[in-house]
Amino acid sequence: MSDYCELSNLTKVYPTPKGPAVIVKDFNLRIKKGEFVTLIGHSGCGKSTVLSMLAGLNDISGGGIILAGKELVGPGPDRGIVFQSPCLLPWLTAFENVMLGVDQVFFTASKEERREIVEYYLTVVGLGDAMHKRPTELSQGMRQRVGIARAFALKPKMLLLDEPFGMLDALTRIELQQVLLEVWGRTQLTALMVTHDVDEAIFLSDRIVMMTNGPAAEVGDILEVKFPRPRNRAALLEDAEYYRHREHLITFLEERAHHRTRLVQAA
Amino acid sequence: MAFLELNNVSKGYGFGPKRAEVLRDINLHINEGEFVAIVGYSGAGKTTLMSLIAGLQRPDEGTVTLRGETVTEPSPDRAIVFQNYSLLPWLSVFENIALAVDEVFSDWPADKRRAHIEKYIAMVNLTPAREKKPNELSGGMRQRVSVARALAMDPKILLLDEPLSALDALTRAVLQDEIARIWADSKKTVVLITNDVDEGIMVADRIIPLSAGPGATLGPSVQVDIERPRDRRALNHDPRFKVIRKEIITYLLGQGGRPKASVTRKLVLPDIEPEDLTIPRGLVSGRLSPIRRREIKQETVEVE
Repeated sequence: MSDYCELSNLTKVYPTPKGPAVIVKDFNLRIKKGEFVTLIGHSGCGKSTVLSMLAGLNDISGGGIILAGKELVGPGPDRGIVFQSPCLLPWLTAFENVMLGVDQVFFTASKEERREIVEYYLTVVGLGDAMHKRPTELSQGMRQRVGIARAFALKPKMLLLDEPFGMLDALTRIELQQVLLEVWGRTQLTALMVTHDVDEAIFLSDRIVMMTNGPAAEVGDILEVKFPRPRNRAALLEDAEYYRHREHLITFLEERAHHRTRLVQAA
Repeated sequence: MAFLELNNVSKGYGFGPKRAEVLRDINLHINEGEFVAIVGYSGAGKTTLMSLIAGLQRPDEGTVTLRGETVTEPSPDRAIVFQNYSLLPWLSVFENIALAVDEVFSDWPADKRRAHIEKYIAMVNLTPAREKKPNELSGGMRQRVSVARALAMDPKILLLDEPLSALDALTRAVLQDEIARIWADSKKTVVLITNDVDEGIMVADRIIPLSAGPGATLGPSVQVDIERPRDRRALNHDPRFKVIRKEIITYLLGQGGRPKASVTRKLVLPDIEPEDLTIPRGLVSGRLSPIRRREIKQETVEVE
């Protein structure tokens, strides 16, 4: 299968009083249709910068991105984003928050069909009973479920997840990973996720791209995760392969990610 | 008799139909010098449990006893480290700790108290920052101040209420090692509350899951028979680590998990494609309904 999303020599430079600061340099990544890819790295390594350029929320300084055969310019509803905090409008219910985007991209559909789309996704994320509640009446984990439903309901070409569970406690995170995987399994959207949680990366991804520490971050190593889907966490926790992957990632994050920084300092 | 005992403790809030049961039938026995981790969901009642042990709240039923004496009010016997550090922003590191030490050891001469404070600042590796105010410190450093303050009171038991939850993963790992080291040096009895199973396995002698509320209760406790000091990377290969991890996670996701809301509803997902919003709406005219998936035809065009 050909590449669906292609990031070529992607570069991000911010001008500073001390001269240009290169955050990401010549970043190359090809994602196949229906693939779930994760970027992992330390805080500040530039992984979120890559994601926000793909989202069109951050200008591209060099190189380019092609999605489904077209070069990307600016943001658009063809990319559904799940942010670290769900950014819901507080005066709207969960249903209305999701409907906001659905009304836009399905403006030619009937009102009934739009309602069905919103109800479908809110139910599959487990909010069948809480659709008409406002964000203040929902727990943090439930709000993030609304954020997931909102992204999927747009039927985007690509799903972008920016540390989607970073603000949740460890157990709620496990629950929501399961929810995400279930919804993702129904749609098989092409997805790019940014995280620094090793277990999360292994559980969700087909491929994990490890980034070196910034500045001028680049791809350090790539790990293929070949567990069959649908994945079962309990079975995974018994698989020796799981621990080998875990070891691989932890070692990279502890040693190789810093190695580069040390070299730069020594130079 | 165990050092700290909770027998049939229950606690709820509110009255009548608004009554919410938080904890029920909590039985917990902790020996002197033991390090116990309680792992549970947010909102399960972990902090309520901690408040009961600390004496900040009284149980509705059952008893909390420390060395056989019933706990009725807070005391410097039981020092708490909170998730949000709870430092006074206008005082320096030294002064924040001094506040507790001066209160508890008011009969000591000033230079002895001073030396005592310095010792605990050194124990958490903050000597270079002793004159700094909390807003000049990182989250990890603030939490160290809070730990030093608690230990400096020389409590009988140290209560850690999600002390590392607000920190990033790497700082958390550093402080976990530090907590394990400090525990090994001080041999205090420690109760740690956390939502991170791995954290529990890194530092504790015993892990007890707390089921999801309402009416949360403690699950079967799991002994962590892994020699110390524990190495995070070696642990990853350790079959005992895998067994413990799986046992706790299975309990918390299974019988101790949140009740699953089940809704039976007929769901329809219309098989329609989103519109391309980069095309001005006027140009979509001629077609008033969305494109259905089955209408999309694949065409192959050969070009030379």
